Amino acid sequence: MQTSVTSVDGEQGEPKVVRGLEAKNIHAWFGKHHVLKDVSLRFPERTVTGLIGPSGCGKSTFIRLLNRMHEFIPGAAMAGQVLQDGHDIYSPEVDAAAIRLKVGMVFQKPNPFPAMNIRENVLSGIKLAHLKVADHDAIVESCLTRAGLWKEVKDRLTATGGSLSGGQQQRLCIARSLAVEPSVLLMDEPCSALDPGSTLRIEETIKELVEKIAVVIVTHNMQQAARVSDFCAFFLADGGPGYLVEADATKKLFTNPSDTRTADYVQGKFG
Amino acid sequence: MSTMIVPTEKANVAPEPTTPWRPTRKSKSISSIVFLISVVLSAAIVLLTGLAGIDGFGLAFFAVFMAATIGRSFRLNQKNRKDAFVGVLIASAAVLAFFPWMSIFASVILKGVRGLQPNFLVENMQFTTPDDELNMGGAAHAIIGSMLMVSIAAAITLPLGILSGVYLTEIRGRLTFLVRFVVQSMSGVPSIVAGLFIYTTFVNYTDAFSGMAGALALAVLMLPTVARTAEEVLKLVPDDLRSASYALGARQWRTSLMVVLPTVRSGLMTAAILGVARVIGETAPLLLTSLSNNSFVFNPLGGPIGSLPTYVFGLLQIGTENSINRAWTGSLVLMIVVLILFTTARYIGGKDKR
Amino acid sequence: MSISPSVQATPEARELSVIFNRADRIFRRIVTAGALTSLILLGLIGTFLFVRSAQIFNDRGLKFITGSNWTAGSGDGIIPDDFSIGPMLTGTILVSVIALVISMPLAIGGALFVEFYATPKVRKVLTTLLDLAAAIPSLIFGIWGVVFFSSYGERWSDLLNSRFGWLPFIKVQNEVFGRSPFVAGCVLASLITPIITSVSREVFSRTPRDLVDTCYALGGTRWGAIKTVVLPFGKSGVIGGAMLGLGRALGETVAVYLLLNIVFRYNFRILESEGGNIASLIALKFGEATEYELKALVAAGFVLFLLTLVVNMVAASIVERSTRRR
Repeated sequence: MQTSVTSVDGEQGEPKVVRGLEAKNIHAWFGKHHVLKDVSLRFPERTVTGLIGPSGCGKSTFIRLLNRMHEFIPGAAMAGQVLQDGHDIYSPEVDAAAIRLKVGMVFQKPNPFPAMNIRENVLSGIKLAHLKVADHDAIVESCLTRAGLWKEVKDRLTATGGSLSGGQQQRLCIARSLAVEPSVLLMDEPCSALDPGSTLRIEETIKELVEKIAVVIVTHNMQQAARVSDFCAFFLADGGPGYLVEADATKKLFTNPSDTRTADYVQGKFG
Repeated sequence: MSTMIVPTEKANVAPEPTTPWRPTRKSKSISSIVFLISVVLSAAIVLLTGLAGIDGFGLAFFAVFMAATIGRSFRLNQKNRKDAFVGVLIASAAVLAFFPWMSIFASVILKGVRGLQPNFLVENMQFTTPDDELNMGGAAHAIIGSMLMVSIAAAITLPLGILSGVYLTEIRGRLTFLVRFVVQSMSGVPSIVAGLFIYTTFVNYTDAFSGMAGALALAVLMLPTVARTAEEVLKLVPDDLRSASYALGARQWRTSLMVVLPTVRSGLMTAAILGVARVIGETAPLLLTSLSNNSFVFNPLGGPIGSLPTYVFGLLQIGTENSINRAWTGSLVLMIVVLILFTTARYIGGKDKR
Repeated sequence: MSISPSVQATPEARELSVIFNRADRIFRRIVTAGALTSLILLGLIGTFLFVRSAQIFNDRGLKFITGSNWTAGSGDGIIPDDFSIGPMLTGTILVSVIALVISMPLAIGGALFVEFYATPKVRKVLTTLLDLAAAIPSLIFGIWGVVFFSSYGERWSDLLNSRFGWLPFIKVQNEVFGRSPFVAGCVLASLITPIITSVSREVFSRTPRDLVDTCYALGGTRWGAIKTVVLPFGKSGVIGGAMLGLGRALGETVAVYLLLNIVFRYNFRILESEGGNIASLIALKFGEATEYELKALVAAGFVLFLLTLVVNMVAASIVERSTRRR
């Protein structure tokens, strides 16, 4: 089922299918508990979008709706559409696993597969998805390079993931996600378990990654959002379901937000 | 660059929650139809070929259903095909794994319930032969015998087991390693060996089979279980609790008895109940120590005594229709006792306050 | 007022020790006495078994384990006592190995099914039922084996023999099926499967959730997640469970006694109607044993005890190593 949306981009004439990820009127429930209310956001290609807001506002739930991970939680329900290149990823004939190849995810706690070495970790996504790849070594090198880890591990690809530091492990997880060639990478507070040095390295990596793909990053660290993102979306949840307060270019959100609550939050008055 | 928020048409404020990832009604009905067709097809195969019995049907169904699943997944990609194939394999393994005990539950209930008449619970076999009709005789002597021996075994084992657990966690003296090692090693003693031990010592010494001998054999089997579970349960008590008690000036005996033990009271009771559940069905050690008996025996030192396991075992060996029926009824009673013990243990275990 | 200069050298360390008051001393004595009694009681068994069987090992040495006769002598020295457990020992291992081989794939499949394929309600019910099934006395498995399973076992043995009779361990000399190591092994497998399934299920349920989620996030299927993460994670726990099941099978008396003809001849043909294990040997012979024969039985029991001891220790160390690593 094709839904085409006109890009408000200024390009005249032909309505074309919007590339990238788009969420329309998203609601989420856990059982009867309404946790996300009417969120609509677009994630254009080659941009970094930061999702900010106090904890418990549904940001993590929201990104899990973008790659169909929300449904693994017993009692999960949703409403609305998530369009990937114009196609609703929740329509019945869609293969959820195929969506997850296009929309990758990096989790909060670095979690390389303990039973595999570095090389096998990077290739694990390819194995899991049964993708046919000609040159494994090329993929390993390219993904580790894009993740900013190649130089550090190229001589010890057969070492276990556990021998790396926290920051290196997280970059390994990023490389692993890149191997299946997603067009969007979702990151759920990827640096919250890391020290400042590793955090900066990962932010550099994000800036390099965005040359090819879109990145959506949930973060509690406002300074990180300011450093790394092109656009930001501010979530709140006053006791009820989480909702979107404001979403705009990062500079504008942080210097001249439209909503007073946004202003209060970015100034640190709460959160 | 385009604005972030897609201009929304006035969306309804609270739409209905949906679960679009669940199989649709259509896909579920297709699956049911495939399943039913497989059943019919397998039945046809069984009737037409020489394949017979439940196992024949099961095999035919497996083959047909697997073929259907692979056929349906043909249009999927390789990884989903493999997933479907493995799914059928795992489900089949589960069916095979669960079938024996499910069959046992069914058999015990269906075949044993016929003999579960009032006389079964109040009469003994003193004046009845095993082949008599089921409304004569009973297993009351066996039930009493089992209860007697298990009670004695518990009376010996529980204090010793709990004291050992307390020693290992609270006192931690010089014998700790030895006690733990011996308890660990002994939990694997084959039940027949425990029986043999008591046979060559106690039975030999008293020159008689008796309920006491049986109780001792059961105690040998129970003690390691109770001691180990007691230690595990006591280890779970956080040291902060003990520290708090000492800091208030309590001595060690007060701390152990009035602070630590009450905290794990339910855990210890669970340990006791599970220990009992383990030995109540043991046959082998009793064959060597308490033998069996057809009359009521209330004196643990009064010679051979009946018990549920030996009752069932003896009847099984006679092998006539009525005796086997009695054996099933005895098994049913045994299973009911184990079930009661288990449910009690679960109920109590859930009441443990942290 | 001036503070006197501190002493140059560090003072000697004072050992701190506790002196318990009277009440505590009594308490500690009672507890220690209890633990000591357990220690003595249990330790006594091992030592006793050893001492009582020492004479047999002294008399016969290794022949006790390798020989294959079990004949009581005539008492007057004309026909000597000749006791050996060779076939019983190999029988014990044979039947237990058959049970383990059948049981392992079923138990792992069953555990995976309960944890990853069943709906939450079904999972809860099956988990409880599994725990209950692990507590079914082996006697009842014996009854079920004799009354229910024998006919199927017979039919399968016949089938196996006709299809695979060319394999050395399947071929039979006597086409009488029904009580063979295979049938006994099948019933033993039914007995130990719930235990192994329970332990495996428990281990699988402790797989870190985010590792499983990562597999799905990378576009994997359920089987992909199981293969990549769950099985490697649970490997040592499953092996520990298998050892537990093996230990149980090695010492099983009643089920084997009811389903296997005890014959004192080495037999590795699993469909042949002869075999035995040490436990059922003891049950069979103890009643009319002479004093010397009794010692031989004790020696047999001691060997069995050592066997199960080794298996249980291996199991415990594997389980401990896997839980310590997490």
